[in-house]
Amino acid sequence: MYRGNHLITMPNYPTHLIACHECDLLQREIDLPLGGEAHCPRCGAMLYRSSPGTLDNTLAFALAAALLLVIANAYPILGIDIQGNTNATHLFGAVRYLWNHEMHLLSVLVGVTTMIIPALEIAMMLYLLLPLRLSIVPAGTPFILRTLHSIKPWGMIEVFMLGILVSLVKLKDDAAIIPGVALWSFGGLTLMLAAVASSFNPRDVWHKIGTESGREQQHE
Amino acid sequence: MSNLWITAAEQGLCSCHVCGLLSKSHQANLSGFCPRCGNRLHLRKNDSVVRCWAFLISAYILYIPANLLTIMETGSLFKHRKDTIMSGVVHLWKTGFEGIAAIVFIASIMVPLFKLIVLTLLLVSVQRRSMWLIRQRTWLYRVVELVGRWSMLDIYVVTILAAVVQIQSLATVTAGPGAIAFGAVVVLTMFSALYFDPRLIWDPLQKKRTT
Repeated sequence: MYRGNHLITMPNYPTHLIACHECDLLQREIDLPLGGEAHCPRCGAMLYRSSPGTLDNTLAFALAAALLLVIANAYPILGIDIQGNTNATHLFGAVRYLWNHEMHLLSVLVGVTTMIIPALEIAMMLYLLLPLRLSIVPAGTPFILRTLHSIKPWGMIEVFMLGILVSLVKLKDDAAIIPGVALWSFGGLTLMLAAVASSFNPRDVWHKIGTESGREQQHE
Repeated sequence: MSNLWITAAEQGLCSCHVCGLLSKSHQANLSGFCPRCGNRLHLRKNDSVVRCWAFLISAYILYIPANLLTIMETGSLFKHRKDTIMSGVVHLWKTGFEGIAAIVFIASIMVPLFKLIVLTLLLVSVQRRSMWLIRQRTWLYRVVELVGRWSMLDIYVVTILAAVVQIQSLATVTAGPGAIAFGAVVVLTMFSALYFDPRLIWDPLQKKRTT
């Protein structure tokens, strides 16, 4: 066991070693107070946190997000009215519009980042959380967590929400705006997804499913 | 103090970047998978610098059409205008939307430029095994990861406007070819940042001590 002064020595505490994901510094894991965060003493990276939310909170947020996602996709985001002529658009309508106008790459980019990835994220979250609520670890959990980790950067609902707001401002001088139901749902969805992300702690799930071989190596 | 710092790699340990579990790297060295989550393990991301450069150079090339070509065309009964990213921002500013102009300027001009410059700086300094401002460079990397996605703003605005402003002869908005190039720049710089391994910034410290 290596002893350096950056290793917080706590007698009788199981020696879980971890490495900082940003600078690779080897250090010992410590217990955190509820809502606390552990930072790397060398580079300052956030190593892990203890989320104040319980599984119930995350599940509630994820269910709300699922509902809002459906509404956000089923109703128009906004419409305009210029001298009695009106037009409104759904998110899917906008994606299809780009596709039909030879903007295939752009259409795919928008569709993936605002529809497919958020839907996948929420679906996987529910697949994971519903059984965990009943203390069952669902089949394929490692795969789900791995996928969630890798698709995370590509879900951009919050950026899309800002895009809606900027569009509203750009339109407001030239046309009467008819706000759609999905406008509000996207706002709610942005908040719910942020709540899911801050209350969900994959580390807790990993600790639940740690493999035998994993534990051996961690205790070495 | 820094002489006491030991990295996982020096101890032959490799941490999984998905679940954080430490494994012995001799087991995991080339074709190892994390015993807990099954993710592929490597001491440092494979060919991090090369892949990062590849995406970054492509982004640099596309950055030119992204800024020069039309991103959005607006047509109405009386006027017809073609906007590049910059002219769109200027137009917003002139028509009295200073706040929105500032947001779009930051998201569409500052952020992509910042990403290109910072990633270049990080790559060059890592290749030179530089020990200059290590903490600050790590911080820059974190900022790049955090802000990168917000450049998609303009793409979404064009998408929404193009879909909604379709009133025959009165007002139409179309997305221009610049939007495709711009979207590609955002995606390519995001990939570049994802492939960058920040641990490479810190590695020269350890090498110096062992030699």
